[in-house]
Amino acid sequence: MKNADLFSALLEVYPDLSTETSETGEILWIVPAERLTDVACTLREDERFAFDSLMCLSGLDLSKYPAAVKGEFVGELLACVYHLHSFEHGHEAAIKVIVPKDETASIPSVEPIWAVAGYFEREILDLYGIAFPGNHDPRRLMMPEDWVGHPMRKDYQYPQNYSTWELKREGQNFTSGPYA
Amino acid sequence: MSHEILEQNDDLITINMGPHHPSTHGVLRLVIQTDGEMVKTCKPEIGYLHRSIEKIGENLEWYQFVPYTDRVDYVCSMNANLAYALGVEALLNTKPETAVEIPLRADCIRVLFAELNRISSHLVGVGAASMDMGAYTPFLHGITQREFINDIFEKTCGARLTYNYICIGGVMRDLHEGAEAEIRAFLDQLEPAMHSFNSLITTNTIFRGRYAGVAPVSREMAIAYGLVGPNLRASGVDWDLRRDRPYGLYPKLKFAVPVGGAYGGSKGVLGDCYDRYIVRLLEIVESIKICRQVLDMIPPPAEKADDPIGGYRVDVTKKLRTPPKGGLYTRVENPRGETGYYLVSDGTKMPYRLKIRTGSFTSLSLFETLVPGLMVADVVALIGSLDIVLPEVDR
Repeated sequence: MKNADLFSALLEVYPDLSTETSETGEILWIVPAERLTDVACTLREDERFAFDSLMCLSGLDLSKYPAAVKGEFVGELLACVYHLHSFEHGHEAAIKVIVPKDETASIPSVEPIWAVAGYFEREILDLYGIAFPGNHDPRRLMMPEDWVGHPMRKDYQYPQNYSTWELKREGQNFTSGPYA
Repeated sequence: MSHEILEQNDDLITINMGPHHPSTHGVLRLVIQTDGEMVKTCKPEIGYLHRSIEKIGENLEWYQFVPYTDRVDYVCSMNANLAYALGVEALLNTKPETAVEIPLRADCIRVLFAELNRISSHLVGVGAASMDMGAYTPFLHGITQREFINDIFEKTCGARLTYNYICIGGVMRDLHEGAEAEIRAFLDQLEPAMHSFNSLITTNTIFRGRYAGVAPVSREMAIAYGLVGPNLRASGVDWDLRRDRPYGLYPKLKFAVPVGGAYGGSKGVLGDCYDRYIVRLLEIVESIKICRQVLDMIPPPAEKADDPIGGYRVDVTKKLRTPPKGGLYTRVENPRGETGYYLVSDGTKMPYRLKIRTGSFTSLSLFETLVPGLMVADVVALIGSLDIVLPEVDR
C-alpha cells in the first residue's frame, strides 16, 4: 500500500492522528506519546500494516529547528522518529513522537513490540535524555554512567572536567559551532 | 558502562570478555556469567570507541562530513562513503532546483569500487572468523587478496584504508590509467584463489564442527532484532536492498542474492554460524560477477569532469548551501548490512541532524538473548560469524 492509503487505514482505527510533511516529501505520522504503545501494537499486529521491523529509531532536538510542528506543545521540544518496514508487504512508514524538552521527557518503550528498540532507546536515553519506561535495561549506552548531561542536545556544553581529568585543552574551544 | 569487578556469586562466575581481547573484533566488552563452560547471562558494554560522529556532523558542512564516514566503518570505507553520498543526493533530488544528475561513468566507478570493497570486507570477515576458530592460514589468504584491492584503490585515490573517495556528486577523481585491466586481472586470479580458500577451511571438518548448528537465529528473531545484510539473509530472509530497493547502477545489473539454507551438513540449522559464513562467501562470488558486468559497461573518460556520460563528478557545492528543508531516510546495502542515514536539513549548509543506523549496532542487541545457553567458546564463534565492526557500533 502507498503511504497515504496506509495512513487512511490507520485513521479508521485512530481518527484523531495527524501527519507532518516537509519539502523533502517525507511524511511523518504524529503520534502522542501516551498512545504510542496502542498505535505500535496495531501497526505490528494488524494484517493490513504488518510492520514487523523497526529499521531505525532516531532522537531529535527540535529546539533550534525553524518552524517545527509543535501541536499543542509550547516551549522547546524533543522528538523520536520511528522508521518502520514490513517484510511481508514491502511498505514503509515513519512515526514521530514529540515530547517537551525537560526532565519529564518520556516515551513508553516499544521494546516488547520490536525487540531491537531496546538498544536504540538506550542510545537516545543517553544522548538526548528521553526516558523510556518499560525498557528492560534503562542505563546509558555510549557515555560512562556518571557522565553529566546529554551530548546530542543542541544546548549541550562540553564539560570542563570529568572525574579527575581536565578536558579542555589549550587553544581548543569546544563551545564554537553554529548551535553553540 | 558499569564497573563490575570479578565476583563469585554461588556457582556463577562473572567474567569480562574484552575489551582488550583479539576475538572480540575491537573494543567490545562482554560481561558474561558462566556456570562452568555454559554462559548464563551476557551483557555487552559498548562505548569505548564513541566519538560522537553524529554530533560532529551537525557542526560541519554537508560535504565536509564525507571523511568521517570512513571512520564509521573502516573495513568498508568505500561503501560507507557511498551510503552518505547517496543519502545527501537523495535529499537534494527531492527539489527540482537542487537536483543532481550523476555522470554514468561516476556511477560505474562507484558500484565497481563498492563491490571490490565488499569483497575485501567479506574476505576479512570470513578470514577473521576462521582465525577465531584457530585456523590462522585462511586469514592470511584473505588478507593477501585484500592487499591487491587496496593497491588498486591506492593508485586511484591515494589511500589504503580510509578512502574519502566517493563524494557528493560523483567520485573525487577519475580511475587511474589501466585500472580496468588491473581489476580484470585481479578478478581472474581471485576465483581460483577462492577455491583454494574453500579447500583450506570451508570444507574443513573441524571448522564445520565448530560452526555448524551453533547459535542459530530464526527468521522471526532476525527480523525482530533488526539483523540486516548477510546475517539476515543467512536466517532465510530473501531481502537485498540492491535488488529490492535498487539505487545507482544496480537496476541494470544481474546478480543472485544468496540465502542461508542449513549448509552445515547433518548438524546444520538454518541461520547458524556456518550459514552466515557461507552467505558471505557466496556474496563474494556474486560481487565478482557484478564487477565484471560493470567493467563491460563503463564508458570511456570524457575531457570535462562533469560530462553526463564520461565525467566523474558534478559540482554540487552551490546546491548544498540551500538543500530542501525536512528529513529523509535513505538505506544502502553495505557488507555489514543496511546502512541508513536519517538526514534532517533546516535549509542551511549544515545538517540539522545526521543519524547513522548501522548493521553492527543492531547485531549487538541480539547478544543478551542469544548468548545465554552457549558455551564460552561458541560466543567467540558467534562474534566472528556476525562480522561486527566496533566503530560502527559506537560511532
